[in-house]
Amino acid sequence: MKKEKEKNLTEHGMPGKDITSESYLQTVFRRFKKHKLGMVSLVVFIVLGLAALFAPVLAPYDPNEIAGSFSGAPCREFLLGTDQIGRDVLSRLLYAMRISLLVGIMATLISTVIGVVLGLVAGYFGGAADMVIMRFTDMVMSFPYILLVLVAAAIFKPGLWSIILILGFVDWPGIARLVRGNVLNLRETNFIKGNLVAGMSLKHILFSEILPNTVAPILVYATSVLALSMLDEAALSFLGMGVQPPTASLGNMLNGAESLTVLTKQPWLWVPPGLLIVILVMAINFIGDALRDAVDPNSK
Amino acid sequence: MNHNKSEEKIPLLRIENLKKYYPIKGGIITHTTGYVKAVDGVSFQIYQGETLGLVGESGCGKSTIGRQLVGLEKPTDGTVYYKDHDLGRMNRKDVKPFRTKLQMVFQDPYSSLNPRKHIYEILAQPMLYHGISTKDSVEKDILNLLDMVGLPRSVLGRYPHEFSGGQRQRIGIAKALSLNPEFIVCDEPVSALDVSIQAQILNLLRSLQKELGLTLLFVGHGLGAVNYVSDRIAVMYLGKIVEMGEAKELFRNPVHPYTKALLSAVPVPDPDEREEGKKILMGEVGSSIDPPSGCRFHPRCPYATEICRQREPGMQETAPGSGHLAACPIVMTEESRREEA
Repeated sequence: MKKEKEKNLTEHGMPGKDITSESYLQTVFRRFKKHKLGMVSLVVFIVLGLAALFAPVLAPYDPNEIAGSFSGAPCREFLLGTDQIGRDVLSRLLYAMRISLLVGIMATLISTVIGVVLGLVAGYFGGAADMVIMRFTDMVMSFPYILLVLVAAAIFKPGLWSIILILGFVDWPGIARLVRGNVLNLRETNFIKGNLVAGMSLKHILFSEILPNTVAPILVYATSVLALSMLDEAALSFLGMGVQPPTASLGNMLNGAESLTVLTKQPWLWVPPGLLIVILVMAINFIGDALRDAVDPNSK
Repeated sequence: MNHNKSEEKIPLLRIENLKKYYPIKGGIITHTTGYVKAVDGVSFQIYQGETLGLVGESGCGKSTIGRQLVGLEKPTDGTVYYKDHDLGRMNRKDVKPFRTKLQMVFQDPYSSLNPRKHIYEILAQPMLYHGISTKDSVEKDILNLLDMVGLPRSVLGRYPHEFSGGQRQRIGIAKALSLNPEFIVCDEPVSALDVSIQAQILNLLRSLQKELGLTLLFVGHGLGAVNYVSDRIAVMYLGKIVEMGEAKELFRNPVHPYTKALLSAVPVPDPDEREEGKKILMGEVGSSIDPPSGCRFHPRCPYATEICRQREPGMQETAPGSGHLAACPIVMTEESRREEA
């Protein structure tokens, strides 16, 4: 391999000039583009994200305003019909997506921060800290978390922020394990040892040397946490333990489908939010897949 | 390189009875079941401005000694004096200024540079952190370093994966030099490189050592490379130094049976001379968990006697004042008897 590199050097005058002079981000994006499904998903996700972001501009009605007849079928005035008390489904859908994405992203952020900090500490310091943190992680992981969430939701007042916090505090064990594994590997590498020999500070070693080298897998994992926590939000809201009405979320919009008449006779009430959850979760998962391939140092 | 040897013998590092035992954990309830005695009581000095070569086969503890000297591993026992400062007994804050004085060049140039940082960052950060350079002068200092190790100035914005092994090792050397060290441990710095590149790196180390008055500990298993750069050589076997002396003297007049075997194992280019007087060792290297009693080399030694099995030999000078030490009283008395006769 080294010989090849030397040859490259003579042919181009500079080592591997054609591919290697791009930055890491450029390389990742070039590889990402090769993943068709990932690209499509990214576009879908961006479009839906923008729609959610600009919901106040795009929504034809106030989401909580009783604007039309009860359970009206889709028509020109109400493109996706109206719900049981006459609110515009399309407007509610846009706002619901906003809430659901907010819950997903915030919960992912919280669990990523917790997971990264615990993983770094456990992996780098080892010994008793590692032991305590990892057993705690195992405990959280093995606990039937829907029960945990239900109990927590029962103790704290159900609502937007309590669901964000609850989901944030149950989704971190995977990230903690991932980070710990990476740190254990990195700690043994020569460049970390070199920094120890150079007497660099702990802060520098942890956050400037180790963390940047484990960002890629964290990012990939975080996409799956994002998809999962959006699903969890939908499930909890469906059970009435999540986001509370009148605030719309994709989960509590599905609530109506608990009744058999809605399920069979009024599909416009539950198909759009259901479909949106599926599309969002799938798009996020495909993006995660593409990202995984793109950051893999072994791929071309 | 042997100029004024007798005048400049000021020890920079004094290593006394250095030991490193790694515990072996096992059992149902985890407990220590034994120790791997990687380094088991080693004492030597490294003089200012010299290159000391440390040779021995894989697993004999030579790299462990290097890592202990730069503080990567804590000695189980024994002391390392750097200019009469006991590094092991200092607290973290006091030891910080000394850390920069003792640096290391690693064996594997592929993992010794952070793949996410370009060369400028890799070299600048330690210098800025230790206040060796300032924000205004750091670029000039880095360009100086690159000149010293023979890299073009255009490498600054590049990432480690863009370089070949030899180039990376040059960057590794620049990194070690950046903190103005007095002592550098070179832990098999060329064994991961192509033979053609090895010579370049060895020459670079030699010229840098002369130019900057560095003191080097050169750890290696290739006798040729070690002999090429070293003023003195220490030979290790199973966690102990068995022979130590001036490189030339050691090559010309090896005393310890292990050194003799090691030297005769060096491939000879001339096919006619190949098989003559070759000493091939029988048996395996002993276990470092449960080393052989007495002299650790006795199970493989052709001269072993009953005493070797019982008493651990100490280092003795082969001739008074020669600085050539060996831990084999049997061969040494044998030789002196032969000389008398």
